Amino acid sequence: MQLGLAAQDGRIVASDDGLTAPLAVRGLTVTYGEKPALFALDATFDAGAMTAIIGPNGAGKSTLLKAVLGMVTPVSGTVHAYGQPVREVLDRIAYVPQRATVDWDFPTRVIDVVLMGMARELGLLRRVRQDHRDRAMACLVRVGMEHFAERQIGQLSGGQQQRVFLARALAQGADLYLLDEPFAGVDAATEKAIVAVLKSLRDAGRTVVVVHHDLATVSTYFERALLINTTRVAEGPVATVLTPETLQATYGGRLAHAQLAQILG
Amino acid sequence: MAGASHTRNWHRSSAEMWGLGYNAALVATGAGLLGAAAGITGTFLVLRKRALVSDAIAHATLPGIALAFLVMVAFGGEGRSLAGLLFGSALSAWLGLLCVGWLTHATRLSEDAAIGAVLSVFFGFGILLLTVIQSLNVGRQAGLETFLLGSTAGMLYSDALTIAVGGGLATLAALVLRRPMLTAAFDPGYAVATGLDVRRVDLAMMGLIMAVTVIGIKIVGLVLIVAMVILPPVTARFWSNRVDRVVLIAGVMGGLTGLLGALISASAPNLPTGPIIVLTGSAGFFVSLMIAPRRGVLAALLARHRYQRRVHLRQGLLALAHGHPVYERFTLRLLSRAGLANPDGTATDKGRAAAARALLDESRWQILRADPAQEIAASHYDGLRPIETVLTPDQIAQIDTRLAPRPLT
Repeated sequence: MQLGLAAQDGRIVASDDGLTAPLAVRGLTVTYGEKPALFALDATFDAGAMTAIIGPNGAGKSTLLKAVLGMVTPVSGTVHAYGQPVREVLDRIAYVPQRATVDWDFPTRVIDVVLMGMARELGLLRRVRQDHRDRAMACLVRVGMEHFAERQIGQLSGGQQQRVFLARALAQGADLYLLDEPFAGVDAATEKAIVAVLKSLRDAGRTVVVVHHDLATVSTYFERALLINTTRVAEGPVATVLTPETLQATYGGRLAHAQLAQILG
Repeated sequence: MAGASHTRNWHRSSAEMWGLGYNAALVATGAGLLGAAAGITGTFLVLRKRALVSDAIAHATLPGIALAFLVMVAFGGEGRSLAGLLFGSALSAWLGLLCVGWLTHATRLSEDAAIGAVLSVFFGFGILLLTVIQSLNVGRQAGLETFLLGSTAGMLYSDALTIAVGGGLATLAALVLRRPMLTAAFDPGYAVATGLDVRRVDLAMMGLIMAVTVIGIKIVGLVLIVAMVILPPVTARFWSNRVDRVVLIAGVMGGLTGLLGALISASAPNLPTGPIIVLTGSAGFFVSLMIAPRRGVLAALLARHRYQRRVHLRQGLLALAHGHPVYERFTLRLLSRAGLANPDGTATDKGRAAAARALLDESRWQILRADPAQEIAASHYDGLRPIETVLTPDQIAQIDTRLAPRPLT
C-alpha cells in the first residue's frame, strides 16, 4: 500500500511513479457542495487486471468514475491514462453507466445502441455499412443478446439492458473499461455473462475497473480492490486488502461481525 | 431585373396551373418547407426533452423585432425590411437562449423555471416596446404586431425563398449533427464520457431551432411557432420505435401540416394561416394518439382488455380444475361463452379437459420455477404463457417425470 506525502500546502500528493499505468489518479478532490465526495484520492489501476472499487453508499465510487471521465470537474488533482491526460485518450476508454441514467422510452433499437459505441469511428458523415453492423452483432453475440438486436431498448429486462450497454462498450474496442455497478438489479444469468466477458477482456490484456457493491463476490470476481470512503482506505490485491481492519475502516459500524466473517470466509 | 420578373411570372403561371392564387401557392410552399424543417429539427429537441426551450426562443424574438425596427427608423428607413427585422429577432432569441443556459447552470433554478422567467421577461419587454413604437408614430409600423400571430397576406417570392434556403440549411445541419445530438439525448453521461462536448451539441441544436423559429414567425407567428416544432415529433413517435424513421415521419408530417394548413386557410376568406396550420397539426396528433398501433390509446385499451380476458379465463379454468366455485360473474360469462362452463358454474366436458390442461401447465411451471438451474426459462413465467412456448418436448418430458401422479377425473 502506497501512502501519500503531506505537501507544504496541506494537500496530499503522491509520488509521480505509476503515471504510465492504464489509469492513474493523483490527489483527486471532487465536491458537489461544501462536503467533498472525494478527498485527495490516489489510485493506480494496472493492465490485465480486474479491479473492484468498494465502499459504502456515498463513498464517492461513482463520482470517481465520473471525475476520471470528465463528467464532473474536480477541485484539484490529476487523472492520467496511459501516461497522458485523460482528455487526450478518451477513445481508449469505454464506460458503462448505471442503468438509471438512460431514457428507456427513447426510440432506439438494441443494434443502434451498440452502433453508438462506434461513434468516434463513424464521425459525423460516414454511413453505417454492413461491416459495422456485423461487428455490432459480434459484440451482441459476446454478451448473448444477438436475438434481441431489433428490439426497442425499453422492451428488455434490466439484465438484458445492462448486457447491451456492455456490448456498446465492446464495440468501442477500448483498452480500459470502466463499469458503474453493472451487477445492480440484474439476474444471476446476466451477472455470470458479464463476468465472463470481463474476464476475457482481462485475459486479453485490457484493464477493467468496476464499481462493485456486493462484498460477497469481490474475491471470486476480482484480483485487485480499491477501498474508498471519500479518501482511499486501501488498495492492492484482494487477498491482502480485504481484511477486517480495512473493511471496518471503510464501512465503519455499518458492517456487522457476522457479515465480515462471511466475506472473509 | 427583367430576369427576376420573368421568373416571377413563370412562378405565377405555374401556381395558377394548380388552380391556386399566386399568394396562396407561395404561402403553401413556404409553410410546407417550414413545417418539414421544423419537424426534423424539432425531433432532436423533443428527444432531448427540451421542447419548451423552443417556446422561450420564440417569445424572446419580440424585443429584437421591435428594437430592429427602431434602429432602422433611426437610420432613416421605413423600418419594414424583413431581413433587418429577422436579424434583430435572431439576436434577441440568442440572448434569451444564453439567459436560459446561464440561469440553469449558474443558479439553483431548474430549467423549466428559467424558461418561464426568460419567456415572460422578454415577451413583456417586447410588448412594451411595441406600445412605445405605436405612440411614437414613426415609420411604417403597421404590421409589426403580425409577428405575434403570423400573417401571410403580403408574402413575397423572396420570403418563400428565405424559408426554403434557411429551412434547407437547418435541415442539412440537423442531419450532419444527428449522431452527437442523439447520443446526448439518449445517454448524456455516456456522451460526455466519449469526449463529446454536450453543452456545445445542445447549443448547436438550440441554434437550429432558433433558425427555424426566426424564419417561421412571419407565417405562423411567435406565439404558435412552438407547435410546429413539437407537434410533428410527438406525432411521429406514435408510429415508430426507430429514431431514423421518427425523424423522417416528423419531417413529412410537418411538411404536410404546413401545406394542408395553408391551403385550408386559403380556401375561405379571413381564415388565419398560423392557427389553421397549428390546428391541422393537432388533428394529426389526436388521430395518431387514438389509432396508432401499440402506442395509441385504443391499442392500449384493447391490449389491456384482451389481457384481462386471458387472466380471467385462466383463473376460471384453474378454479374449475380444483373444483372451486367461480365467484366472479365476468369470469363465469367468459367461461360459458367459450362453452367451458354451464351457467350454474359447473364445468362442461370441454371445460373439464381445458381445466385439466391448465392445471398440468401450471404444475409444470411450479416445478420449473423451483429449479434454480432453470432460472432463465422460469423468468418467462407470467401465469398465462403455455410452457410449450418456452421448453422443448424433451425438457417437458423431463419435468413430467417429477410430476406427482395426480388422479385425473
